[in-house]
Amino acid sequence: MNRKVVKEDIDSRIFDAVNMVLLIIFMVIILVPLWNVIISSLSSGKALAEGGFIFWSKEFSLENYRAVFNDSSIGQSFLVSISKTFVGVFTHVFFCAMIGYGLSKRYIRGRKLYVAMGVITMFFSGGMIPTYLLIKSLGLLNSFWVYIIPALFSYYDVVILMNFFRNVPDSLEESAKIDGAGDWHIFLKIFIPLSMPAMATIALFNGVGQWNDFMTTKLYITNQALYPLQMKLYEIIVQSQTQSMQNIGGSAVIETTTKGVQLATIVITTLPIVVMYPVLQRYFISGMMMGAVKE
Amino acid sequence: MNKTAVVPSTSMPPNAKKPMGQRIKDFVIDYKRQWEIQSMILPGIIFMIIFCYIPIYGLTIAFKNYTVIDTLSSAPWVGLDNFKIILSDEYFWDAVVNTLGISFLKLGIGFIIPIILAIMIYELNMGRFKKFVQTISYLPHFLSWIVLGGMLITWFSTSGLFNELLLNLGLISKPSNILLDSGKYWWIATLSDIWKEAGWGTILYLAIMSKIDPTYYEAAKIDGASRLRQIWNITLPNMKSIISLNLILTVSGLLGSNLDQTLVLMNSQNRARAEVINSYVYRMGMTQGDFSYATAVGLGVSIVSVILLVTANKITSKLNDNQSVL
Repeated sequence: MNRKVVKEDIDSRIFDAVNMVLLIIFMVIILVPLWNVIISSLSSGKALAEGGFIFWSKEFSLENYRAVFNDSSIGQSFLVSISKTFVGVFTHVFFCAMIGYGLSKRYIRGRKLYVAMGVITMFFSGGMIPTYLLIKSLGLLNSFWVYIIPALFSYYDVVILMNFFRNVPDSLEESAKIDGAGDWHIFLKIFIPLSMPAMATIALFNGVGQWNDFMTTKLYITNQALYPLQMKLYEIIVQSQTQSMQNIGGSAVIETTTKGVQLATIVITTLPIVVMYPVLQRYFISGMMMGAVKE
Repeated sequence: MNKTAVVPSTSMPPNAKKPMGQRIKDFVIDYKRQWEIQSMILPGIIFMIIFCYIPIYGLTIAFKNYTVIDTLSSAPWVGLDNFKIILSDEYFWDAVVNTLGISFLKLGIGFIIPIILAIMIYELNMGRFKKFVQTISYLPHFLSWIVLGGMLITWFSTSGLFNELLLNLGLISKPSNILLDSGKYWWIATLSDIWKEAGWGTILYLAIMSKIDPTYYEAAKIDGASRLRQIWNITLPNMKSIISLNLILTVSGLLGSNLDQTLVLMNSQNRARAEVINSYVYRMGMTQGDFSYATAVGLGVSIVSVILLVTANKITSKLNDNQSVL
């Protein structure tokens, strides 16, 4: 008996050791490429052309970043990215919260129909072309509002907020009504402040989505002044791809400069997400769980 | 008490036997009384009608011959003509083969890895290290496909990270641009997707595992079960339903491969193996302006996806003692 326990202990330790080694390998696989991008973006064109470094820069240089910031359109794109993310998140969260609050009241007329309409949108959509035709006929092509208006509503988020509002005790609402408060007043002054955690979660998910979104621009925007960072980066990538294909054996200087600019743009595009990441992390686990709960 | 005064008909059961006129009148009276709260829902309903239901109606152009000069209703009906062309369109079938190829690779490898990873993280005993592993593993999920695409293009380029590694390991003798090699594209698409999402995929599993009653493990330990045995007999059975749910959702999404990924990684050299249905719809519709045809392709794919969803749900509910997960 005693021997068996000791043997178990050794087995268990071997398990722990193997497990740990495998997880460290896994983290290396994730971190090395990211590290490589950061280090490469901080290297001079000459060092980039030589290649051969993975872990540390041979020749530290900010020339790639200088090149990026000299291009004034990058600054413009940054501004577009920031404003569409902020405006988009605030309007989306408010709109979904308002509808979620309304639907959280079981007594309202037509609720069954509204819920059915919402659920259908979770499974069926018109797809790319009919949506494009709609956006076009609404005159939203090449307008900043195409980032905001079609992204106002998501039934998933409405359901999450609706469930959250349900957990707020009824007595709060009743006492406010006795004091003569209307529904809007109760919603804005009582429910919104109480639901900050839920709304923060949705805001963060939506914010990452807005920041990373590129298809909206690709589909509906041709005006360069409205390009967010993601689209700008996409253009740089496509440009360098065609260049490197045309230049096989050709000018290595052009290739390494565009490569450096591309790397620096990648880092700049990702930076806000990485900076926000510690804040995000606190929320997204609970957010995933909320999303998994069905009505 | 006050609440009933505001909404008097709350407790009234819906009475189907009342005449239609009376029911409409009741509805209007209640709606007016609830006006304030209804005014919060109304914008949502209007939004859904415009942005969700009009495009669904717009699917009718799949049965029409829509040109730029037409409006939705003025385009002439052509019946199933667009669908007949699809069947003899070899580019479409190439896209189907690529979509299925990449999706099945993603399903085969990408579905299991998060489960294994979640178990490995769950089995870690050190709190700090565990947290660290989780933080790192979620990170790639937050990079956009454009950012990751840009990274992949530099990593795979002739002087990039991968060629460097392979050269140093002595696996190749001459560097080459891996993304221009169409034979490798399926693997690139699959593995990059796994790299991005594997860690994120563990969140739900870890959340479920944290709810498993620890006394099961204690009892198993007393019985002398090894760690692997405990995983097999306790951890996995407890995750059965969430795994099936995930499987259903993955299977129903088989045909909707990632458009962002394809658009950024596809180039003229690897197109034959990279074009998927979504990017084909994009190309036919948005760049070539063949709206009706592209819509028909999209509609066909959605119908097949719904069939897949229903089938997968049936199969897994059989496996789960006839309890439907959805």
